[in-house]
Amino acid sequence: MTLPLENPISFTNIGRIRWWQRGIFASQTGYVLLALVVLMIVMHFASPYFFTQGNMQNVAKNFSFIAIATLGITFVIITGGIDLSVGSMMCFSAMITSMVMVELSAPGSHFVHLAADGKTVVANVPGLILLISVLAGLCTAFIVGLVNGFCIAMLGLSPFVTTLGMLSIVRGLAYVVSNGRGSFPGGPDADYFYALTSGDVLGVPAPFIYLVILAVVMAVVLHHTSFGRHVFALGGNEKAAELTGIPVVRVKIEVYVICALAAGLQGIIISGWLGSAPANMATSYELNVIAAAVIGGANLAGGLGGPLGAIVGCVLLEVIRNGLVLAQVNSYWQQTLVGVIIILAVLVDRIRSRMT
Amino acid sequence: MASTGATPVLELTGIGKEFGAIRALHGVDMHVHPGEVVGLMGDNGAGKSTLVKIIAGNFRPTHGEVRFDGNAVHFYRPIDARAVGIEVVYQDLALADNLTAAANVFLGRELTRKFGPIALLDHKAMASRALKLFGELRSETRPDDLVKQMSGGQRQAVAIARTRLSNAKLVMMDEPTAAISVRQVEQVLSLIHRLKEQGVAVMLISHRMPDVFAVCDRVVVMRRGEKRADKAIHDTSPEEVTALITGAKEAA
Repeated sequence: MTLPLENPISFTNIGRIRWWQRGIFASQTGYVLLALVVLMIVMHFASPYFFTQGNMQNVAKNFSFIAIATLGITFVIITGGIDLSVGSMMCFSAMITSMVMVELSAPGSHFVHLAADGKTVVANVPGLILLISVLAGLCTAFIVGLVNGFCIAMLGLSPFVTTLGMLSIVRGLAYVVSNGRGSFPGGPDADYFYALTSGDVLGVPAPFIYLVILAVVMAVVLHHTSFGRHVFALGGNEKAAELTGIPVVRVKIEVYVICALAAGLQGIIISGWLGSAPANMATSYELNVIAAAVIGGANLAGGLGGPLGAIVGCVLLEVIRNGLVLAQVNSYWQQTLVGVIIILAVLVDRIRSRMT
Repeated sequence: MASTGATPVLELTGIGKEFGAIRALHGVDMHVHPGEVVGLMGDNGAGKSTLVKIIAGNFRPTHGEVRFDGNAVHFYRPIDARAVGIEVVYQDLALADNLTAAANVFLGRELTRKFGPIALLDHKAMASRALKLFGELRSETRPDDLVKQMSGGQRQAVAIARTRLSNAKLVMMDEPTAAISVRQVEQVLSLIHRLKEQGVAVMLISHRMPDVFAVCDRVVVMRRGEKRADKAIHDTSPEEVTALITGAKEAA
């Protein structure tokens, strides 16, 4: 059904949008990135320790501890949803991982058999315990994400209420399974576990490496696959998405699963750094994660956001925290400042969109 | 249009729809032939939208049968209707503001290129195809611009370009000329003519009498959920249609 092109379009009335008025240059992510650079320069003059290798490693490590979960929640926020259960999810997933690791290392149940050499069967394959326990943690996250997605997409419950409930359910389960005591990674594979979660490669912290890889994958998924397109379309106009035949229910379930998996992975990494998974671990982290995503330019109304914004938001939060410590300001100011920055970031974006 | 010999592309028999105690449609018989442009007119609440939504698969009829291309069809979702070749341009256009024009045109049927096991979007192909479609519509629309920043006419062009992607046999347009400029109305009407030349049946739902009389072969008038008239355009006049819509004349 192609029609002959009688005359090619001439753009007489429609000017081309200038490069600085489109893409990242016209986004909140761009402004916040600029603010971050300015802040880092200011920090450099305020404290000679800021740009030292040790401090940079510290900053990279610290922001990586919330950034992976922020990547995950960005998917949900782009669709116009919210997930409040990420903090609890981090704790629960970490707890399951370390409990399974301990369980598989020391025979305590009929699932684990002793081999001839006195070790458990799984312990004879190096890394197998680690693999199984991490998969167990991620599996738990997967199930929680599936339940969230099912309630929101199939039953039509509000994301806020569903995940608020899930926040409490998952935290409660973490207390139940550990009897409130938390758990500690142990057994023959614990050393691998610590090396993979809190170690570093050529001075680059391992969590930071995971973060970069996941962010690149996320950028490709969001901007170069049909799934990513559908995620954005869902946040832009859910009705239109439905009418054009996008599998809305499936996409919604998928974003909540991605979010829960990211939170689960994040929790496992944090527990490696802490050396334990206490039952009150990552309490109220969901607020930091959402704050970082929003500062970085994800719009809670849906339709906007990306991996760069998520990372920029996390770095900004961490640089502020780190800066306040280095500048010897009472670190309790941090929370107040974070709140101010959330509002400022959104305000600047609002003013800009009013002007154009 | 004297194509009564051929199989109608769309055939409705005894279509009725009730929402609880409200009877929105009653006993509507209608047929549309390939290459025919049918104007569907009626006041607000006359049942036009309900009828369109039944054909588009948004609602299921309470009574009656829908036949498409000679076969009885049952649509459960809009996507089922689209699969057989029915495209709808919605009045609110159903566009995602935060995406580009090309992304909107291809929404739900993106072109991809395989890189091993992963299929990545083929941005270049989609942009060039979209540009070609906009060219056919003579709309000054850049495929890479965000829909958010577009004028009403450009948005209309994006919505219409979407229906041109597939080989639709029936295109239904819900008030396509309601919110656009005089020049763009001309463009939309000429597009309807071109669809007709291609053998595509068009159903035009419109309040604008001049548009209906400019492009339609036949006009169907609805009032109070029933079909009150179904006349060839040269056998009727705007005055008669107005009388039928308002109820000054009961049926014709």
